[in-house]
Amino acid sequence: MHLVLLLSALYSVLPLVWLVTSATKSLGDFSTTSAFAFGHWNLGANLSGLFDQDGGVFLWWIRNSLLYAGLGAVLGSLICTAAGYAIAKLTFPGRRLLFALTLAGVLVPTTALALPLYLLAAQLHVVDTFWAVFLPLLTNPFGVYLARVYADAAVPGEVLEASRMDGAGELRTFFTVALPMMRPGLVTVLLFQFVGIWNNVFLPLVMLTDPKLFPMSLGLYQWSTRVTQFPQYTPLVITGSLLAVLPLVVAFVVLQRQWRSGLATGAVK
Amino acid sequence: MRRRRAAGFTLALPFTVLLVLTVLVPVLYTVYLSLFTDRLSGLGFDGPRQVFIGLGNYLSVLVDRAFGQSVLTVALYALVQVPVMLILAMVLALLLDSAVVRLRQVWTLALFLPYAVPVVIGGLIWAYLYSPGIGPLASLLHFDPMSGRGILPAVVNIATWQWVGYNVVIFYTALRAVPKEILEAARADGAGPVRTALTIKVPMVRPTVFVALVFTVIGSLQLFTEPLVLRSFTGAVTSTWTPSLYVYESAFITNDYGRAAAASVLLAVVSAVLSALVMRLSTRRYR
Repeated sequence: MHLVLLLSALYSVLPLVWLVTSATKSLGDFSTTSAFAFGHWNLGANLSGLFDQDGGVFLWWIRNSLLYAGLGAVLGSLICTAAGYAIAKLTFPGRRLLFALTLAGVLVPTTALALPLYLLAAQLHVVDTFWAVFLPLLTNPFGVYLARVYADAAVPGEVLEASRMDGAGELRTFFTVALPMMRPGLVTVLLFQFVGIWNNVFLPLVMLTDPKLFPMSLGLYQWSTRVTQFPQYTPLVITGSLLAVLPLVVAFVVLQRQWRSGLATGAVK
Repeated sequence: MRRRRAAGFTLALPFTVLLVLTVLVPVLYTVYLSLFTDRLSGLGFDGPRQVFIGLGNYLSVLVDRAFGQSVLTVALYALVQVPVMLILAMVLALLLDSAVVRLRQVWTLALFLPYAVPVVIGGLIWAYLYSPGIGPLASLLHFDPMSGRGILPAVVNIATWQWVGYNVVIFYTALRAVPKEILEAARADGAGPVRTALTIKVPMVRPTVFVALVFTVIGSLQLFTEPLVLRSFTGAVTSTWTPSLYVYESAFITNDYGRAAAASVLLAVVSAVLSALVMRLSTRRYR
């Protein structure tokens, strides 16, 4: 029983261990030493190679990824939470229609949206800009669905009534009373939106041609397409991959308690 | 009441605007595009002209062998990946939920970590692990995971690795919510742990399983990033290997927008129908 768990945990973690050990090797050691062993220590050289390549474009990729995913997740999860709360707790015209459209939005494949988004962006002359990638990634119907579930579960109507009795306006009630109660949900939506944006390559691939606007995933993918022809890209791709994985792993470890309780409410309902 | 309405409207407004601009309008635009094609008029001096051809694009997509192949690939992929991953996730969640296991936090975190790895990076890691001469897998396995025959299991494995832990966490949290009294009653009736798991725990979390099923099916229909990454390493992945790659190829390599739009609409319709079907089945059986 523990053996099954142990094997599965190894299956999950070993590829990441491989990434760590490989990032420390020179290109020569990479193909000659055993996969999970450390070779001659070469991490420093790999890192400086990574940040020197193509005029230091990797720094731009880090910055862009943080902007797209960081800003997108913070802003996006706030927008989702506000909409989810409004749908769950307030009445306004078009509420049911909005929820129906949200559910439909969850089902629309992102690949089906890429072409029209590209053509619309082309007509608005915003192709190959920050906004062409940022705005569509900000939209997260599933986040709204989750936020509605959290609002239903975590914010009792009596508390809202009490706040209204005290004379607080509706918006103030949302920000000072409801939002803190929905915090685990908010963190969960935030984390998933962050991962979703961090993961997305389809939209940046379609929208961007200027490498200085690429997020890390797209940049590393572009470098990886050259690997078979130019093996010297291999240590760059691997070291870069390690740097792209680290912040998320850290975020999940640090915020563990938050996303777990958030997932719990989201999963059971 | 009026203030409550105004507030609801204000709070929902930013999302509504985004939804309309980045989902609703593009969907309608795709449907519109799918009904037109570019034709060169006369001798072609005026450049291409948009011509209404009704369902012509749909017909040409449906009779295109490359599209049929891509649908077949994804169907095969989903047929293997969806049950393998969900059953594995359920088994692991049941193990975690059983009384004997210690250090649950550590196990779940270990299983969950691959979810934190961007799909591109996950694809790259496995591409290297599969590569003969570099990764340890090519020599361990009885087949070459980067060959025409091995590539499907290879992609199934990448997706399973990436998503199994996520589903374990979801199933596990659902299992924790099963009322203790029911489990105790089962134990008093003499049911062993395996029997309790199969006849009580799994049926109780069925709604959660179906939601996971819907999302996994939708996800597999959209299979794109993993094969895209593997393409740089092996010829076994063609440029139209999955429907999403087919859409990308038609739209941005051959610039046939009408065909790409028609394929997109077909993809969206199939994914909506499948999820509606799964949801329908789940509620019917649940009652």
